[in-house]
Amino acid sequence: MEDGPHLASAVRADAPPAILLDKVNKWYGALHVLRDINLNVATGERVVVCGPSGSGKSTMIRCINRLEQHQEGRIVVDGMELTDDTRSLDAIRREVGMVFQSFNLFPHLTILENCTLAPIWVRRMPKKEAEALAMDYLSRVKIPEQAKKYPGQLSGGQQQRVAIARALCMKPKIMLFDEPTSALDPEMIKEVLDTMVMLADTGMTMICVTHEMGFARQVADRVVFMDRGEVVESGIPDQIFNDPKTDRLKGFLSQILRGH
Amino acid sequence: MSDTAADPRLLRAPPKKGIRLSWADERLRAIVWQILVLGVVFGIIGWLVSNTQHNLEVRRIATGFGFLSREAGLPVAESLIPYSPTDTYSRALLVGVLNTLKIAVVGVILATIIGTLIGIARLSKNWLLSRIAAVYVEVVRDLPLLLQLLFWYAILQGLPGPRQALHPMEGVFLSNRGLKLPWIQWQDAHSFALLGFVLGIVITVLYARAAKARQMADGQPRRVWPAALGLILGLPVLIWAGLGAPWTGDIPALRGFNFQGGVTVTPEYFALLVGLVMYTAAFIAEIVRAGILAVAKGQWEAAEALGLQRGLIMRKIVLPQALRVIVPPMTSQYLNLTKNSSLAVAIGYQDIVSISNTTLNQTGQAIEGIAIIMAVYLTISLSISLFMNWYNSRIALVER
Repeated sequence: MEDGPHLASAVRADAPPAILLDKVNKWYGALHVLRDINLNVATGERVVVCGPSGSGKSTMIRCINRLEQHQEGRIVVDGMELTDDTRSLDAIRREVGMVFQSFNLFPHLTILENCTLAPIWVRRMPKKEAEALAMDYLSRVKIPEQAKKYPGQLSGGQQQRVAIARALCMKPKIMLFDEPTSALDPEMIKEVLDTMVMLADTGMTMICVTHEMGFARQVADRVVFMDRGEVVESGIPDQIFNDPKTDRLKGFLSQILRGH
Repeated sequence: MSDTAADPRLLRAPPKKGIRLSWADERLRAIVWQILVLGVVFGIIGWLVSNTQHNLEVRRIATGFGFLSREAGLPVAESLIPYSPTDTYSRALLVGVLNTLKIAVVGVILATIIGTLIGIARLSKNWLLSRIAAVYVEVVRDLPLLLQLLFWYAILQGLPGPRQALHPMEGVFLSNRGLKLPWIQWQDAHSFALLGFVLGIVITVLYARAAKARQMADGQPRRVWPAALGLILGLPVLIWAGLGAPWTGDIPALRGFNFQGGVTVTPEYFALLVGLVMYTAAFIAEIVRAGILAVAKGQWEAAEALGLQRGLIMRKIVLPQALRVIVPPMTSQYLNLTKNSSLAVAIGYQDIVSISNTTLNQTGQAIEGIAIIMAVYLTISLSISLFMNWYNSRIALVER
């Protein structure tokens, strides 16, 4: 086991993988959206997934907590294989937090209730304890003063930070981010990215689907480039951004850079 | 430039706008139109009143509600309160009101339950179930209600007579005289058992609240249903058994040409109930389906990703958001069902319209008869509206 420069972070090479995707395939009807995906994410590793739209990156991370079902191959999360067994699915979902592009906060519940719902009903935590926990995480994402408000009263950036706090209240071992900044105005992207950087510093295992290359350079241990349902290239950020091997990655990078 | 607080322009009141005497002035035009419309409305009302008074005088019809205390001489086939043709018109009309309420209350409850089930069934992933629900909705809501009522009534009329009645089990007869069911001879013990039943429901509600509060305190969810079952069913049975478990059946039996004893569901009531419930349930099913679909898919996904179970997601996330869309159109359906019950006239169920009509024919008091019908429906409809609006404001989302 050779220590690469990217392993200087929280990644422990000898630890069992937090997430293992083994030859995962998925079809929508006749459309082959995931082709033989192999991905091995170590505990504490931060992986950024990028690629053009329609490349299957969102579908892949949605398979990890079974919001989508794969049809072939194996997905093992935290030592448990994803099957049709609802018990293992419940156990996995308790350990995997997810943040969506469109926030998906519950509009009829206050910010505090959004955060305490799952700890109370899934973790069976006393309400007082759950509220203290929620206030702790809301402080960490720097919006404790909004606890009594409803999601509709918050800006997009604030809503997304609440969504992160809501997921963290379940004390997950793994966090999935599905384009968390794509629906935000430019001035709000930074506050959400700052929150994610802060989370990365705590040693959380993270998979982020994002086009924010600055974020990828700053926190990613590894960048995975997907195109047309395949993992085309993967490596440390420097290698991916400065020394792309394939034409597809080169083309993608030139498009992204033109946009910035 | 930075000293805006002292800027006199910020302290200025908005300019007062006078009305110009010109057709180009919008506000002047609005006032003129409103005066014209009011004039027309009052003109029509005045003409109607004077016309009516004139006609009443010419035909020598006395107005007023004095006829209400006269003997009705009007036979009513089914009644919730004791009634005979020698009673007054007011009593006959009360029987009609109660018959209307009997169909409206039972109809609204059944239509809500059946409509909700069909609406959810249409969203089911089970192909057959969702197809059946879809066909039901499309067929039932596309046919006129009057036709459906006549259809159900005709089917019930096609049943055999009392002597050849369908007799599926002891004490149950189905014939063209209606459905006969066994009943018990009511005694005090039964009243106490009924009281126990109500008490059981009250205690269950209190118990469920306490269980919730204790869960919030220590995090452990508690099963409420075993206690609920014991309280709601066990308590009345215990009371009944404790009072000696009296049980004297009132079993219907064929005597001569008809049945004696038991309770009866008349073919008229049954046809009206089935027709109204099936018709309204089709509309309610669509309202419920639309309400559930109105909740974004992302809400399900976010809740699933947090590890919440399906039933809990439905209760805590989807239904609270769906009800906001469901309740206002549901109110309209309740009002529709109540008013559509006046089609009872067509199949001979004696509701308020039927009895008012007969009263009106016998006494010639047309204006009073129509006024009574209008007052009854207005009262029922406004009560439903008030209750549903109260409920709606209770469940309305705060959101912002």
